[in-house]
Amino acid sequence: MVTNATSLGRSGLFDWLVQRFSALVLLAWIAWVSIGVIAAAEFGYPQWRALFAAVPMQIFSLIAVLSLCAHAWVGVWTVTTDYLNEAHLGKAGTAIRLLTQIACLLLTLSCLIWGARIFWGSG
Amino acid sequence: MSQISISIYRYNPEQDSKPRMQSLEVEVSGDRDLMVLDVLELAKAKDPSITYRRSCREGVCGSDGMNINGVNGLACITPLSKAAGPARKLVLRPLPGLPVIRDLVVDLSQFYEQFEKIKPWLINDEPPPAIERLQSPEEREKLDGLYECILCACCTTSCPSFWWNPDKFIGPAGLLQSYRFLADSRDEATAERLAELDDPFSVFRCRGIMNCVSVCPKGLNPTRAIGKIRNMLVEQGT
Repeated sequence: MVTNATSLGRSGLFDWLVQRFSALVLLAWIAWVSIGVIAAAEFGYPQWRALFAAVPMQIFSLIAVLSLCAHAWVGVWTVTTDYLNEAHLGKAGTAIRLLTQIACLLLTLSCLIWGARIFWGSG
Repeated sequence: MSQISISIYRYNPEQDSKPRMQSLEVEVSGDRDLMVLDVLELAKAKDPSITYRRSCREGVCGSDGMNINGVNGLACITPLSKAAGPARKLVLRPLPGLPVIRDLVVDLSQFYEQFEKIKPWLINDEPPPAIERLQSPEEREKLDGLYECILCACCTTSCPSFWWNPDKFIGPAGLLQSYRFLADSRDEATAERLAELDDPFSVFRCRGIMNCVSVCPKGLNPTRAIGKIRNMLVEQGT
């Protein structure tokens, strides 16, 4: 049976606000990086590194990765509860949905940790 | 006289192992535009076993909601010229997403259960005045575009969110009526009504695709009402 148990915040309003807010953060981050690339007179690897070396950009980028993960989870949860259920898949629906959600959650968390390492790692 | 080809969904769960489409040809007068219900009546004269609901035949009772050439609508107020087009072919199916009782008659229990959830009545514990609870013209105006719903289920059964979660998503018709009571100045249960809608399914399963708006035979806009409920939830919850 489809329930709220695996939704991000158990509240429709909370999940809805998270999805809208995270979308705005991602839009702002894409715009910021795009401006950084377009505005540079000469752009290559040193300029790319310099763009992300500034602490404000690193903070902004980590918030963007967090937003991406939250946004993805709300979307994946919606899609999986719509289509991976008993009505579509029979008795195995709940098991398939939970396994898919676990796989997506692990992937999302891996992306989060990987993103943190890229933006904050010493290398 | 001209010929119209009709393809009608036939299914009697007590006898048939699966649904089938029945093809019929009916002759219609060429001097005036008939409604789809008129053509269905002509088809029923040929095959009396064809089953459908109908009552007022003027778009008031909401009984004859069905899927007409892929679009939900009321057979009694859908002109043949608009539905069949130049191909002069009608394909009639039951409203999608609900169990079929027989042919074009669907079981609306889930639709009514969702409607019941929103408590479609005024909640006001104040002692009633001698005559009636008054509203200003401005307060009354807020109910326009909401109270006209006839619960034909055309909107709700055109909504994929309702198809996938008919036990949890209230659906456009129920939410339009929910906002009708949230917007009513005489109702005192706004906070309680909103609290019951703040789960991930009841309201927020609406993805705003507006199928409901495009099929409503009364020209109402459930998507706008759902947006207003969301705004009220944001105001109350943040």
